[in-house]
Amino acid sequence: MTEAVPSYLSPTGQEIVFLLLGVLAVGSALLVVTTRQLVHAALWLVVCFGALAGCYLVLTAEFVAWVQVLIYVGAVVVLLLFGIMLTRAPIGRAADLDSGNRVAAAVVALATAAVLVTVVVDGFHAAYAPLEPGRGSAGELGSSIFRTWVLPFEALSVLLLAALIGAIVISRTDIRGRE
Amino acid sequence: MHVVYPAVVSALLFSIGVYGVLARRNTILVLMSVELMLNAVNLNLVAFDVWLRDRLHGGQVLTLFVIVIAAAEVGLGLAIILALYRNRRTVDLDRLRALAEPGASGPGDASGPDDDSGDGPAPDTSSAGAPRPGSLASGTSPVTVPGADAGAPGRDGTTPGTVTP
Repeated sequence: MTEAVPSYLSPTGQEIVFLLLGVLAVGSALLVVTTRQLVHAALWLVVCFGALAGCYLVLTAEFVAWVQVLIYVGAVVVLLLFGIMLTRAPIGRAADLDSGNRVAAAVVALATAAVLVTVVVDGFHAAYAPLEPGRGSAGELGSSIFRTWVLPFEALSVLLLAALIGAIVISRTDIRGRE
Repeated sequence: MHVVYPAVVSALLFSIGVYGVLARRNTILVLMSVELMLNAVNLNLVAFDVWLRDRLHGGQVLTLFVIVIAAAEVGLGLAIILALYRNRRTVDLDRLRALAEPGASGPGDASGPDDDSGDGPAPDTSSAGAPRPGSLASGTSPVTVPGADAGAPGRDGTTPGTVTP
């Protein structure tokens, strides 16, 4: 953190790979929020999450990268596709995917991006994180979770169970309130 | 690795997610945009964990927790969306403006916001509003047998919508 910061003009190979993956992630995220076809949005979301998993790999967080692939690409996007299918969304080009306040949304998003990027660049332009492999392996993370973070882990498992039971109860039609 | 790169990528992803949440009309697309925002936070957490060399791996563990919470949120959100679709026949956020149930015993204000929305909840108000006063008027006892054998037009009138497709 206090060592000399290498120049921005001579990026390392890891930085180049990370920037390419970041451009891929940001571009596919833009396509997610601007495409006219609902299913394509879900598929671009797969590309975005995959690129983010690559970013995690470059940042030496291997276990998080594989969990990202497993849960986001494997489960969440499939769940979203099921949702698209079950709500009988229009397959193909739909004109009414955007609401009427696109301009206001774009203004707010551009303002958010400007503020965040300005603050982040101003605050962290001298920060440099040397990458050393092995710090995000499954063994390290597992021992950290089950030594230090056991209580949040268990609480989160109960939360996940409650959320899934709630989802089942909400989506079943033969369970109704007493009346 | 300069910390600026992941931070800037994450800031851009977050603002794209903000745009998606504000500009999209379909509820599932709004959920996708929320996922984008959560992923931006995850990228930040991983990057700062690597930068600060946290001995307890707080950033990466919290990333795993956020992923789990996102999975729970998507499951629950999709269940809510499906229940909404079953009741209202639409998932457009612009049309879901009624705060009361359609056909409720309010003084006419429940059907007020639905009138300008065209064909969305309009058949639902007619179909769900019809059996409700009948069942309430005939069924003086709370357990009504004709409510049960007629497909049970429940408290939210799901059955007139579900038998139609």
